[in-house]
Amino acid sequence: MGNPLRVQQIAGVWIGMGVRFITFLEYIGGLITLFVQTLLWILVPPLKSKRIFQQMCVIGVESLPIVSLIALFIGIVLALQSAYQMQKLSADIYIASLVSLSVTREIGPVITALVVAGRVGAAMAAELGTMKVTEQIDALETLATNPVKYLVVPRFVATTFMLPILTIYADYIGILGGYLFGVYKLGIGSALYWKMTYNPLVLKDVFTGLIKSVFFGMIIAMIGCYEGFRVEGGAEGVGRATTLAVVISFVLIIAADCLFTTLFYFAF
Amino acid sequence: MIEIINLSKSFNGKPVLKKLNLTVQSGETLVVIGRSGCGKSVLLKHIIGIMRPEGGQILIDGEDVARAKGRELERIRMKFGMLFQGSALFDSLTIGENVGFALQEHTTMDERSVATRVRECLQMVGLKGIEEMKPSELSGGMRKRVGLARAIARNPQLILYDEPTTGIDPIMGDAINDLIKALHDKLKVTSIAVTHDMTSAYKIASRIAMLYDGKIVEVGTSEEIRHTSNPIVRQFVTGAATGPITTEE
Ligand SMILES: Nc1ncnc2c1ncn2[C@@H]1O[C@H](COP(=O)(O)OP(=O)(O)OP(=O)(O)O)[C@@H](O)[C@H]1O
Ligand SMILES: [Mg+2]
Repeated sequence: MGNPLRVQQIAGVWIGMGVRFITFLEYIGGLITLFVQTLLWILVPPLKSKRIFQQMCVIGVESLPIVSLIALFIGIVLALQSAYQMQKLSADIYIASLVSLSVTREIGPVITALVVAGRVGAAMAAELGTMKVTEQIDALETLATNPVKYLVVPRFVATTFMLPILTIYADYIGILGGYLFGVYKLGIGSALYWKMTYNPLVLKDVFTGLIKSVFFGMIIAMIGCYEGFRVEGGAEGVGRATTLAVVISFVLIIAADCLFTTLFYFAF
Repeated sequence: MIEIINLSKSFNGKPVLKKLNLTVQSGETLVVIGRSGCGKSVLLKHIIGIMRPEGGQILIDGEDVARAKGRELERIRMKFGMLFQGSALFDSLTIGENVGFALQEHTTMDERSVATRVRECLQMVGLKGIEEMKPSELSGGMRKRVGLARAIARNPQLILYDEPTTGIDPIMGDAINDLIKALHDKLKVTSIAVTHDMTSAYKIASRIAMLYDGKIVEVGTSEEIRHTSNPIVRQFVTGAATGPITTEE
Protein backbone atom coordinates (compact mmCIF):
# COMPACT_ATOMS: atom_id res chain seq x y z
CA MET A 1 0.00 0.00 0.00
CA GLY A 2 2.15 2.82 1.33
CA ASN A 3 4.22 3.18 -1.86
CA PRO A 4 3.14 6.48 -3.43
CA LEU A 5 5.28 5.99 -6.55
CA ARG A 6 3.60 2.69 -7.33
CA VAL A 7 0.15 4.19 -6.78
CA GLN A 8 1.06 7.02 -9.11
CA GLN A 9 2.23 4.61 -11.80
CA ILE A 10 -0.98 2.62 -11.62
CA ALA A 11 -3.05 5.79 -11.76
CA GLY A 12 -0.99 6.86 -14.78
CA VAL A 13 -1.82 3.68 -16.65
CA TRP A 14 -5.53 4.07 -15.98
CA ILE A 15 -5.51 7.73 -16.98
CA GLY A 16 -3.65 6.85 -20.16
CA MET A 17 -6.25 4.25 -21.01
CA GLY A 18 -9.03 6.67 -20.20
CA VAL A 19 -7.60 9.30 -22.53
CA ARG A 20 -7.27 6.76 -25.34
CA PHE A 21 -10.82 5.63 -24.81
CA ILE A 22 -12.10 9.20 -24.95
CA THR A 23 -10.10 9.85 -28.14
CA PHE A 24 -11.65 6.72 -29.59
CA LEU A 25 -15.15 7.83 -28.64
CA GLU A 26 -14.48 11.26 -30.13
CA TYR A 27 -13.40 9.61 -33.36
CA ILE A 28 -16.50 7.46 -33.54
CA GLY A 29 -18.68 10.43 -32.62
CA GLY A 30 -17.16 12.58 -35.36
CA LEU A 31 -17.53 9.79 -37.89
CA ILE A 32 -21.18 9.23 -37.06
CA THR A 33 -21.84 12.98 -37.20
CA LEU A 34 -20.27 13.16 -40.66
CA PHE A 35 -22.30 10.14 -41.77
CA VAL A 36 -25.58 11.68 -40.60
CA GLN A 37 -24.70 15.04 -42.19
CA THR A 38 -23.91 13.27 -45.45
CA LEU A 39 -27.25 11.45 -45.45
CA LEU A 40 -29.09 14.70 -44.72
CA TRP A 41 -27.23 16.66 -47.40
CA ILE A 42 -28.07 13.97 -49.97
CA LEU A 43 -31.71 14.90 -49.42
CA VAL A 44 -31.11 18.63 -49.87
CA PRO A 45 -31.45 19.60 -53.53
CA PRO A 46 -29.78 20.25 -55.85
CA LEU A 47 -27.92 16.97 -56.17
CA LYS A 48 -25.24 17.89 -58.71
CA SER A 49 -25.16 14.87 -60.98
CA LYS A 50 -22.09 16.14 -62.84
CA ARG A 51 -19.88 15.85 -59.77
CA ILE A 52 -21.29 12.43 -58.87
CA PHE A 53 -20.65 11.24 -62.40
CA GLN A 54 -17.07 12.54 -62.26
CA GLN A 55 -16.48 10.61 -59.05
CA MET A 56 -18.07 7.49 -60.52
CA CYS A 57 -15.53 7.58 -63.33
CA VAL A 58 -12.65 7.99 -60.90
CA ILE A 59 -13.92 5.32 -58.53
CA GLY A 60 -15.42 2.80 -60.92
CA VAL A 61 -13.88 3.03 -64.35
CA GLU A 62 -10.35 3.74 -63.20
CA SER A 63 -10.45 0.85 -60.74
CA LEU A 64 -11.34 -1.67 -63.45
CA PRO A 65 -7.80 -2.72 -64.46
CA ILE A 66 -6.54 -3.43 -60.95
CA VAL A 67 -9.80 -5.13 -59.91
CA SER A 68 -9.65 -7.34 -63.02
CA LEU A 69 -6.09 -8.35 -62.39
CA ILE A 70 -6.59 -9.23 -58.77
CA ALA A 71 -9.93 -11.00 -59.26
CA LEU A 72 -8.44 -13.11 -62.04
CA PHE A 73 -5.50 -14.20 -59.92
CA ILE A 74 -7.70 -14.92 -56.93
CA GLY A 75 -9.95 -17.08 -59.12
CA ILE A 76 -6.96 -19.09 -60.36
CA VAL A 77 -5.51 -19.46 -56.89
CA LEU A 78 -8.85 -20.58 -55.45
CA ALA A 79 -9.16 -23.27 -58.14
CA LEU A 80 -5.57 -24.34 -57.52
CA GLN A 81 -5.98 -24.63 -53.78
CA SER A 82 -9.22 -26.55 -53.98
CA ALA A 83 -7.77 -28.84 -56.65
CA TYR A 84 -5.13 -29.79 -54.13
CA GLN A 85 -7.84 -31.27 -51.89
CA MET A 86 -10.49 -32.28 -54.38
CA GLN A 87 -8.15 -34.34 -56.50
CA LYS A 88 -7.49 -36.59 -53.53
CA LEU A 89 -11.22 -37.30 -53.37
CA SER A 90 -11.45 -37.52 -57.16
CA ALA A 91 -13.99 -34.74 -56.99
CA ASP A 92 -12.28 -32.33 -59.41
CA ILE A 93 -15.56 -31.26 -60.87
CA TYR A 94 -16.68 -29.60 -57.62
CA ILE A 95 -13.88 -27.09 -58.00
CA ALA A 96 -16.19 -25.10 -60.25
CA SER A 97 -18.91 -24.89 -57.62
CA LEU A 98 -16.44 -24.11 -54.89
CA VAL A 99 -14.94 -21.23 -56.84
CA SER A 100 -18.26 -19.76 -57.87
CA LEU A 101 -19.70 -19.90 -54.36
CA SER A 102 -16.71 -18.54 -52.53
CA VAL A 103 -16.17 -15.80 -55.09
CA THR A 104 -19.74 -14.50 -55.13
CA ARG A 105 -20.42 -14.86 -51.43
CA GLU A 106 -17.14 -13.74 -49.99
CA ILE A 107 -14.01 -13.17 -52.00
CA GLY A 108 -15.49 -10.94 -54.70
CA PRO A 109 -17.06 -8.34 -52.40
CA VAL A 110 -14.21 -8.28 -49.90
CA ILE A 111 -11.31 -8.19 -52.33
CA THR A 112 -13.00 -5.50 -54.42
CA ALA A 113 -13.64 -3.44 -51.31
CA LEU A 114 -10.05 -3.78 -50.14
CA VAL A 115 -8.66 -2.82 -53.55
CA VAL A 116 -10.97 0.20 -53.78
CA ALA A 117 -10.18 1.22 -50.20
CA GLY A 118 -6.48 1.15 -51.01
CA ARG A 119 -6.92 3.09 -54.21
CA VAL A 120 -9.89 5.37 -53.74
CA GLY A 121 -10.17 5.74 -49.97
CA ALA A 122 -6.53 6.75 -49.74
CA ALA A 123 -6.92 9.21 -52.61
CA MET A 124 -9.94 10.81 -50.94
CA ALA A 125 -8.05 11.27 -47.67
CA ALA A 126 -5.08 12.74 -49.51
CA GLU A 127 -7.15 15.10 -51.66
CA LEU A 128 -9.41 16.38 -48.91
CA GLY A 129 -6.47 16.54 -46.50
CA THR A 130 -4.50 18.68 -48.92
CA MET A 131 -7.53 20.90 -49.40
CA LYS A 132 -7.77 21.25 -45.64
CA VAL A 133 -4.16 22.29 -45.10
CA THR A 134 -4.12 24.70 -48.03
CA GLU A 135 -7.30 26.37 -46.69
CA GLN A 136 -9.36 25.29 -49.69
CA ILE A 137 -12.02 23.89 -47.37
CA ASP A 138 -12.14 27.24 -45.56
CA ALA A 139 -12.41 28.92 -48.95
CA LEU A 140 -15.37 26.71 -49.83
CA GLU A 141 -17.12 27.85 -46.68
CA THR A 142 -16.43 31.51 -47.40
CA LEU A 143 -18.09 30.94 -50.75
CA ALA A 144 -21.14 29.79 -48.77
CA THR A 145 -20.74 26.21 -49.97
CA ASN A 146 -21.03 23.38 -47.50
CA PRO A 147 -17.95 21.13 -47.73
CA VAL A 148 -19.98 18.03 -46.82
CA LYS A 149 -22.46 18.74 -49.58
CA TYR A 150 -19.83 19.68 -52.12
CA LEU A 151 -17.08 17.16 -51.36
CA VAL A 152 -18.46 14.25 -49.34
CA VAL A 153 -21.88 13.68 -50.92
CA PRO A 154 -20.62 13.00 -54.48
CA ARG A 155 -17.89 10.68 -53.19
CA PHE A 156 -20.28 8.86 -50.90
CA VAL A 157 -22.97 8.36 -53.51
CA ALA A 158 -20.49 7.35 -56.20
CA THR A 159 -18.63 4.83 -54.04
CA THR A 160 -21.79 3.29 -52.62
CA PHE A 161 -23.19 2.92 -56.12
CA MET A 162 -20.03 1.80 -57.92
CA LEU A 163 -18.73 -0.76 -55.44
CA PRO A 164 -21.57 -3.30 -56.01
CA ILE A 165 -21.13 -2.87 -59.75
CA LEU A 166 -17.41 -3.46 -59.49
CA THR A 167 -18.18 -6.45 -57.29
CA ILE A 168 -20.41 -8.08 -59.92
CA TYR A 169 -17.64 -7.52 -62.41
CA ALA A 170 -15.02 -8.99 -60.04
CA ASP A 171 -17.28 -12.01 -59.45
CA TYR A 172 -17.30 -12.71 -63.18
CA ILE A 173 -13.57 -12.29 -63.59
CA GLY A 174 -12.86 -14.46 -60.53
CA ILE A 175 -15.04 -17.23 -61.90
CA LEU A 176 -13.28 -16.84 -65.24
CA GLY A 177 -9.93 -17.34 -63.49
CA GLY A 178 -11.15 -20.60 -61.99
CA TYR A 179 -12.52 -21.63 -65.36
CA LEU A 180 -9.17 -21.05 -67.09
CA PHE A 181 -7.40 -23.27 -64.60
CA GLY A 182 -10.12 -25.93 -64.43
CA VAL A 183 -10.61 -26.23 -68.16
CA TYR A 184 -7.11 -25.74 -69.51
CA LYS A 185 -5.03 -27.30 -66.75
CA LEU A 186 -7.27 -29.92 -65.18
CA GLY A 187 -9.05 -30.79 -68.40
CA ILE A 188 -12.61 -30.44 -67.14
CA GLY A 189 -15.01 -30.02 -70.05
CA SER A 190 -15.96 -26.41 -70.68
CA ALA A 191 -19.73 -27.00 -70.73
CA LEU A 192 -19.57 -29.13 -67.61
CA TYR A 193 -17.48 -26.49 -65.82
CA TRP A 194 -20.07 -23.77 -66.55
CA LYS A 195 -22.86 -26.04 -65.47
CA MET A 196 -21.14 -26.77 -62.16
CA THR A 197 -20.47 -23.07 -61.75
CA TYR A 198 -24.11 -21.99 -62.14
CA ASN A 199 -25.97 -24.97 -60.70
CA PRO A 200 -25.25 -24.40 -57.02
CA LEU A 201 -25.56 -20.62 -57.27
CA VAL A 202 -28.82 -19.18 -56.02
CA LEU A 203 -29.82 -15.56 -56.14
CA LYS A 204 -29.20 -15.26 -52.41
CA ASP A 205 -25.49 -15.95 -52.83
CA VAL A 206 -24.96 -13.08 -55.22
CA PHE A 207 -27.41 -10.85 -53.42
CA THR A 208 -25.82 -11.12 -49.96
CA GLY A 209 -22.45 -10.36 -51.54
CA LEU A 210 -23.90 -7.21 -53.07
CA ILE A 211 -25.54 -6.06 -49.85
CA LYS A 212 -22.16 -6.35 -48.17
CA SER A 213 -20.49 -4.35 -50.88
CA VAL A 214 -22.99 -1.49 -50.50
CA PHE A 215 -21.92 -1.17 -46.87
CA PHE A 216 -18.26 -1.54 -47.75
CA GLY A 217 -18.68 1.35 -50.19
CA MET A 218 -20.13 3.53 -47.44
CA ILE A 219 -17.25 2.61 -45.13
CA ILE A 220 -14.61 3.48 -47.74
CA ALA A 221 -16.09 6.88 -48.59
CA MET A 222 -16.83 7.87 -45.00
CA ILE A 223 -13.40 6.93 -43.66
CA GLY A 224 -11.57 8.49 -46.62
CA CYS A 225 -13.44 11.79 -46.26
CA TYR A 226 -13.36 11.86 -42.47
CA GLU A 227 -9.62 11.28 -42.35
CA GLY A 228 -9.18 14.01 -44.94
CA PHE A 229 -11.20 16.51 -42.91
CA ARG A 230 -9.27 15.67 -39.75
CA VAL A 231 -5.88 16.54 -41.21
CA GLU A 232 -3.87 19.09 -39.28
CA GLY A 233 -0.51 20.54 -40.13
CA GLY A 234 0.97 20.12 -43.57
CA ALA A 235 2.20 17.32 -45.77
CA GLU A 236 3.06 15.10 -42.83
CA GLY A 237 -0.53 15.17 -41.64
CA VAL A 238 -1.78 14.34 -45.13
CA GLY A 239 0.53 11.32 -45.27
CA ARG A 240 -0.63 10.08 -41.91
CA ALA A 241 -4.30 10.52 -42.82
CA THR A 242 -3.81 8.57 -46.04
CA THR A 243 -2.26 5.63 -44.21
CA LEU A 244 -4.88 5.75 -41.48
CA ALA A 245 -7.70 5.86 -44.02
CA VAL A 246 -6.48 2.62 -45.59
CA VAL A 247 -5.79 0.83 -42.31
CA ILE A 248 -9.07 1.83 -40.69
CA SER A 249 -11.16 0.97 -43.75
CA PHE A 250 -9.45 -2.42 -44.00
CA VAL A 251 -10.25 -3.22 -40.39
CA LEU A 252 -13.83 -1.96 -40.66
CA ILE A 253 -14.44 -3.82 -43.93
CA ILE A 254 -13.26 -7.13 -42.47
CA ALA A 255 -15.20 -6.53 -39.26
CA ALA A 256 -18.37 -5.62 -41.17
CA ASP A 257 -17.87 -8.67 -43.37
CA CYS A 258 -17.71 -10.89 -40.32
CA LEU A 259 -20.83 -9.28 -38.90
CA PHE A 260 -22.87 -9.52 -42.09
CA THR A 261 -21.80 -13.06 -42.87
CA THR A 262 -22.90 -14.12 -39.41
CA LEU A 263 -26.18 -12.28 -39.78
CA PHE A 264 -26.90 -13.80 -43.19
CA TYR A 265 -25.91 -17.23 -41.94
CA PHE A 266 -28.61 -17.16 -39.31
CA ALA A 267 -31.15 -15.06 -41.16
CA PHE A 268 -31.36 -16.97 -44.43
CA MET B 1 -21.32 47.55 -40.22
CA ILE B 2 -19.05 45.07 -38.46
CA GLU B 3 -18.77 45.21 -34.69
CA ILE B 4 -16.32 43.00 -32.85
CA ILE B 5 -16.87 42.88 -29.12
CA ASN B 6 -14.48 41.28 -26.61
CA LEU B 7 -13.29 38.66 -29.09
CA SER B 8 -11.04 36.04 -27.48
CA LYS B 9 -9.28 33.08 -29.03
CA SER B 10 -6.41 30.86 -27.99
CA PHE B 11 -4.66 27.89 -29.57
CA ASN B 12 -3.46 25.07 -27.34
CA GLY B 13 -3.66 27.33 -24.31
CA LYS B 14 -1.75 30.16 -26.01
CA PRO B 15 -3.94 33.26 -26.26
CA VAL B 16 -3.87 34.96 -29.66
CA LEU B 17 -6.79 37.39 -29.41
CA LYS B 18 -7.50 38.85 -25.98
CA LYS B 19 -10.85 40.62 -25.68
CA LEU B 20 -10.37 42.47 -28.92
CA ASN B 21 -12.76 45.29 -29.81
CA LEU B 22 -13.11 46.85 -33.23
CA THR B 23 -15.84 48.54 -35.24
CA VAL B 24 -15.83 48.87 -39.01
CA GLN B 25 -18.26 51.43 -40.45
CA SER B 26 -20.26 50.71 -43.56
CA GLY B 27 -18.43 51.79 -46.67
CA GLU B 28 -15.03 52.26 -45.11
CA THR B 29 -11.80 50.39 -45.80
CA LEU B 30 -10.18 49.47 -42.52
CA VAL B 31 -6.58 48.34 -42.73
CA VAL B 32 -5.31 46.07 -39.97
CA ILE B 33 -1.56 46.18 -39.44
CA GLY B 34 0.50 44.17 -37.02
CA ARG B 35 3.49 41.90 -36.74
CA SER B 36 3.71 38.53 -38.34
CA GLY B 37 2.00 35.95 -36.16
CA CYS B 38 0.02 38.46 -34.10
CA GLY B 39 -3.33 37.07 -35.21
CA LYS B 40 -4.44 39.12 -38.20
CA SER B 41 -5.45 36.15 -40.31
CA VAL B 42 -7.13 34.58 -37.30
CA LEU B 43 -9.15 37.79 -36.86
CA LEU B 44 -10.36 37.70 -40.47
CA LYS B 45 -11.32 34.05 -40.19
CA HIS B 46 -13.46 34.86 -37.17
CA ILE B 47 -15.24 37.66 -38.99
CA ILE B 48 -16.39 35.32 -41.74
CA GLY B 49 -17.16 32.52 -39.29
CA ILE B 50 -14.66 29.83 -40.30
CA MET B 51 -13.10 30.00 -36.85
CA ARG B 52 -15.17 30.00 -33.69
CA PRO B 53 -14.23 32.33 -30.83
CA GLU B 54 -13.88 31.27 -27.22
CA GLY B 55 -15.63 34.42 -26.15
CA GLY B 56 -17.14 37.59 -27.52
CA GLN B 57 -19.36 38.58 -30.39
CA ILE B 58 -18.93 39.49 -34.03
CA LEU B 59 -21.93 41.40 -35.28
CA ILE B 60 -22.44 41.76 -39.02
CA ASP B 61 -25.25 44.28 -39.45
CA GLY B 62 -26.39 43.22 -35.99
CA GLU B 63 -26.24 39.45 -36.55
CA ASP B 64 -23.75 37.44 -34.53
CA VAL B 65 -21.56 35.31 -36.82
CA ALA B 66 -20.03 33.52 -33.86
CA ARG B 67 -23.40 32.02 -32.94
CA ALA B 68 -24.90 31.59 -36.41
CA LYS B 69 -25.33 28.10 -37.84
CA GLY B 70 -26.44 26.39 -41.02
CA ARG B 71 -28.58 28.45 -43.41
CA GLU B 72 -28.27 31.59 -41.33
CA LEU B 73 -24.48 31.42 -41.39
CA GLU B 74 -24.55 30.71 -45.11
CA ARG B 75 -26.73 33.76 -45.68
CA ILE B 76 -24.34 35.98 -43.73
CA ARG B 77 -21.39 34.56 -45.65
CA MET B 78 -23.11 35.40 -48.94
CA LYS B 79 -22.48 39.05 -48.10
CA PHE B 80 -18.73 38.43 -47.99
CA GLY B 81 -15.89 37.93 -50.35
CA MET B 82 -12.57 36.82 -48.94
CA LEU B 83 -9.05 36.78 -50.31
CA PHE B 84 -6.90 34.27 -48.45
CA GLN B 85 -3.28 34.94 -47.59
CA GLY B 86 -2.28 31.74 -49.42
CA SER B 87 -4.90 32.32 -52.16
CA ALA B 88 -6.58 28.94 -51.39
CA LEU B 89 -7.61 28.36 -55.00
CA PHE B 90 -9.33 25.04 -55.68
CA ASP B 91 -6.60 23.15 -57.44
CA SER B 92 -8.90 20.59 -59.02
CA LEU B 93 -10.75 23.35 -60.87
CA THR B 94 -9.61 25.65 -63.67
CA ILE B 95 -9.03 29.36 -63.09
CA GLY B 96 -12.33 30.15 -64.79
CA GLU B 97 -14.21 27.69 -62.58
CA ASN B 98 -12.48 29.11 -59.51
CA VAL B 99 -13.44 32.69 -60.24
CA GLY B 100 -16.97 31.76 -61.30
CA PHE B 101 -17.47 29.33 -58.40
CA ALA B 102 -19.93 31.35 -56.34
CA LEU B 103 -21.80 32.41 -59.47
CA GLN B 104 -22.22 28.79 -60.55
CA GLU B 105 -23.24 27.61 -57.11
CA HIS B 106 -25.44 30.39 -55.89
CA THR B 107 -26.96 32.22 -58.82
CA THR B 108 -29.11 31.22 -61.73
CA MET B 109 -26.82 32.96 -64.23
CA ASP B 110 -26.37 31.05 -67.47
CA GLU B 111 -22.93 29.89 -68.55
CA ARG B 112 -22.35 32.71 -71.01
CA SER B 113 -22.95 35.46 -68.44
CA VAL B 114 -20.82 33.64 -65.89
CA ALA B 115 -17.99 33.47 -68.43
CA THR B 116 -18.38 37.17 -69.17
CA ARG B 117 -18.27 38.09 -65.49
CA VAL B 118 -15.23 35.83 -64.95
CA ARG B 119 -13.38 37.53 -67.81
CA GLU B 120 -14.32 40.94 -66.42
CA CYS B 121 -13.04 40.08 -62.91
CA LEU B 122 -9.79 38.63 -64.22
CA GLN B 123 -9.27 41.75 -66.31
CA MET B 124 -9.71 43.91 -63.20
CA VAL B 125 -6.75 42.15 -61.60
CA GLY B 126 -4.68 42.37 -64.78
CA LEU B 127 -5.04 38.81 -66.03
CA LYS B 128 -6.26 37.69 -69.41
CA GLY B 129 -6.88 34.45 -71.25
CA ILE B 130 -5.97 32.10 -68.41
CA GLU B 131 -9.46 30.71 -67.77
CA GLU B 132 -8.55 27.21 -68.91
CA MET B 133 -5.35 26.94 -66.87
CA LYS B 134 -5.03 25.17 -63.52
CA PRO B 135 -3.83 27.03 -60.39
CA SER B 136 -0.64 24.94 -60.31
CA GLU B 137 0.41 26.49 -63.63
CA LEU B 138 0.43 30.04 -62.24
CA SER B 139 2.98 32.01 -60.25
CA GLY B 140 2.31 32.93 -56.61
CA GLY B 141 1.43 36.52 -57.48
CA MET B 142 -0.91 35.42 -60.26
CA ARG B 143 -2.66 33.04 -57.88
CA LYS B 144 -3.09 35.87 -55.42
CA ARG B 145 -4.76 37.96 -58.10
CA VAL B 146 -7.02 35.10 -59.14
CA GLY B 147 -7.96 34.79 -55.46
CA LEU B 148 -8.86 38.46 -55.51
CA ALA B 149 -10.93 38.03 -58.67
CA ARG B 150 -12.79 35.14 -57.01
CA ALA B 151 -13.46 37.24 -53.91
CA ILE B 152 -15.06 40.08 -55.87
CA ALA B 153 -16.87 38.02 -58.52
CA ARG B 154 -20.28 38.06 -56.87
CA ASN B 155 -20.17 41.76 -55.99
CA PRO B 156 -20.07 41.25 -52.22
CA GLN B 157 -20.97 44.10 -49.88
CA LEU B 158 -18.13 43.15 -47.55
CA ILE B 159 -14.65 42.14 -48.62
CA LEU B 160 -11.85 40.74 -46.47
CA TYR B 161 -8.37 40.98 -47.97
CA ASP B 162 -5.55 39.02 -46.33
CA GLU B 163 -2.36 40.67 -47.59
CA PRO B 164 -3.61 41.62 -51.06
CA THR B 165 -0.27 43.00 -52.27
CA THR B 166 2.18 40.57 -50.69
CA GLY B 167 4.18 38.65 -53.28
CA ILE B 168 3.11 40.95 -56.09
CA ASP B 169 5.49 43.30 -57.91
CA PRO B 170 5.20 47.01 -56.97
CA ILE B 171 3.56 48.06 -60.23
CA MET B 172 0.90 45.37 -60.08
CA GLY B 173 0.66 46.02 -56.34
CA ASP B 174 -0.27 49.61 -57.02
CA ALA B 175 -2.86 48.48 -59.55
CA ILE B 176 -4.36 46.25 -56.85
CA ASN B 177 -4.43 49.24 -54.50
CA ASP B 178 -6.29 51.20 -57.17
CA LEU B 179 -8.75 48.36 -57.57
CA ILE B 180 -9.43 48.22 -53.83
CA LYS B 181 -9.89 52.00 -53.82
CA ALA B 182 -12.24 51.81 -56.79
CA LEU B 183 -14.37 49.14 -55.10
CA HIS B 184 -14.54 51.43 -52.10
CA ASP B 185 -15.28 54.64 -54.01
CA LYS B 186 -17.64 53.33 -56.68
CA LEU B 187 -19.33 50.31 -55.15
CA LYS B 188 -19.25 51.49 -51.52
CA VAL B 189 -18.13 48.11 -50.26
CA THR B 190 -17.03 47.73 -46.67
CA SER B 191 -13.61 46.16 -46.47
CA ILE B 192 -11.05 44.97 -44.01
CA ALA B 193 -7.55 44.58 -45.39
CA VAL B 194 -4.63 43.02 -43.56
CA THR B 195 -1.22 44.10 -44.67
CA HIS B 196 2.41 44.72 -43.69
CA ASP B 197 2.87 47.01 -46.63
CA MET B 198 2.61 50.56 -45.21
CA THR B 199 2.59 52.23 -48.65
CA SER B 200 -0.43 50.18 -49.57
CA ALA B 201 -2.01 50.77 -46.17
CA TYR B 202 -1.74 54.57 -46.44
CA LYS B 203 -3.11 54.47 -49.95
CA ILE B 204 -6.22 52.36 -49.44
CA ALA B 205 -7.16 52.98 -45.82
CA SER B 206 -10.06 55.03 -44.56
CA ARG B 207 -8.72 54.13 -41.15
CA ILE B 208 -5.82 52.01 -39.91
CA ALA B 209 -5.94 49.76 -36.84
CA MET B 210 -2.91 48.24 -35.20
CA LEU B 211 -3.18 44.77 -33.68
CA TYR B 212 -0.67 44.10 -30.95
CA ASP B 213 -0.64 41.53 -28.16
CA GLY B 214 -4.16 40.30 -28.94
CA LYS B 215 -5.78 43.74 -28.89
CA ILE B 216 -6.30 46.73 -31.12
CA VAL B 217 -3.89 49.26 -29.61
CA GLU B 218 -4.72 52.18 -31.88
CA VAL B 219 -7.17 53.13 -34.59
CA GLY B 220 -6.92 56.26 -36.71
CA THR B 221 -6.80 57.77 -40.15
CA SER B 222 -3.61 57.44 -42.21
CA GLU B 223 -2.52 60.90 -41.03
CA GLU B 224 -3.17 60.14 -37.38
CA ILE B 225 -1.24 56.87 -37.62
CA ARG B 226 1.64 58.54 -39.44
CA HIS B 227 2.02 61.08 -36.67
CA THR B 228 1.07 58.89 -33.76
CA SER B 229 2.52 59.34 -30.31
CA ASN B 230 2.02 55.68 -29.41
CA PRO B 231 5.57 54.25 -29.38
CA ILE B 232 4.44 50.76 -30.41
CA VAL B 233 2.58 51.98 -33.48
CA ARG B 234 5.33 54.45 -34.25
CA GLN B 235 7.98 51.73 -34.22
CA PHE B 236 5.87 49.53 -36.52
CA VAL B 237 5.04 52.15 -39.13
CA THR B 238 8.59 53.44 -39.30
CA GLY B 239 9.94 49.88 -39.35
CA ALA B 240 12.56 50.32 -36.63
CA ALA B 241 14.24 47.27 -35.14
CA THR B 242 14.65 48.93 -31.76
CA GLY B 243 11.81 50.17 -29.61
CA PRO B 244 9.13 48.84 -27.29
CA ILE B 245 8.51 45.85 -29.60
CA THR B 246 11.44 43.45 -29.48
CA THR B 247 12.31 41.01 -32.25
CA GLU B 248 12.47 38.14 -29.77
CA GLU B 249 9.36 36.29 -28.71
N1 LIG C 1 -5.14 26.58 -36.89
C1 LIG C 1 -4.25 26.99 -35.96
N2 LIG C 1 -3.85 26.15 -35.00
C2 LIG C 1 -2.97 26.55 -34.06
N3 LIG C 1 -2.44 27.77 -34.00
C3 LIG C 1 -2.80 28.66 -34.93
C4 LIG C 1 -3.72 28.31 -35.96
N4 LIG C 1 -3.89 29.39 -36.75
C5 LIG C 1 -3.11 30.36 -36.23
N5 LIG C 1 -2.45 29.94 -35.14
C6 LIG C 1 -1.53 30.72 -34.32
O1 LIG C 1 -2.13 31.98 -34.13
C7 LIG C 1 -1.16 33.01 -34.23
C8 LIG C 1 -1.62 34.06 -35.21
O2 LIG C 1 -1.65 33.51 -36.52
P1 LIG C 1 -2.07 34.37 -37.78
O3 LIG C 1 -2.01 33.45 -38.94
O4 LIG C 1 -3.34 35.05 -37.50
O5 LIG C 1 -0.90 35.44 -37.88
P2 LIG C 1 -0.82 36.69 -38.84
O6 LIG C 1 -0.96 37.89 -38.00
O7 LIG C 1 -1.78 36.54 -39.96
O8 LIG C 1 0.66 36.58 -39.37
P3 LIG C 1 1.24 36.83 -40.83
O9 LIG C 1 1.36 38.28 -40.99
O10 LIG C 1 2.58 36.16 -40.79
O11 LIG C 1 0.30 36.18 -41.78
C9 LIG C 1 0.14 32.35 -34.61
O12 LIG C 1 0.96 32.35 -33.45
C10 LIG C 1 -0.20 30.95 -34.99
O13 LIG C 1 0.75 30.08 -34.49
MG1 LIG D 1 -1.71 36.10 -41.85
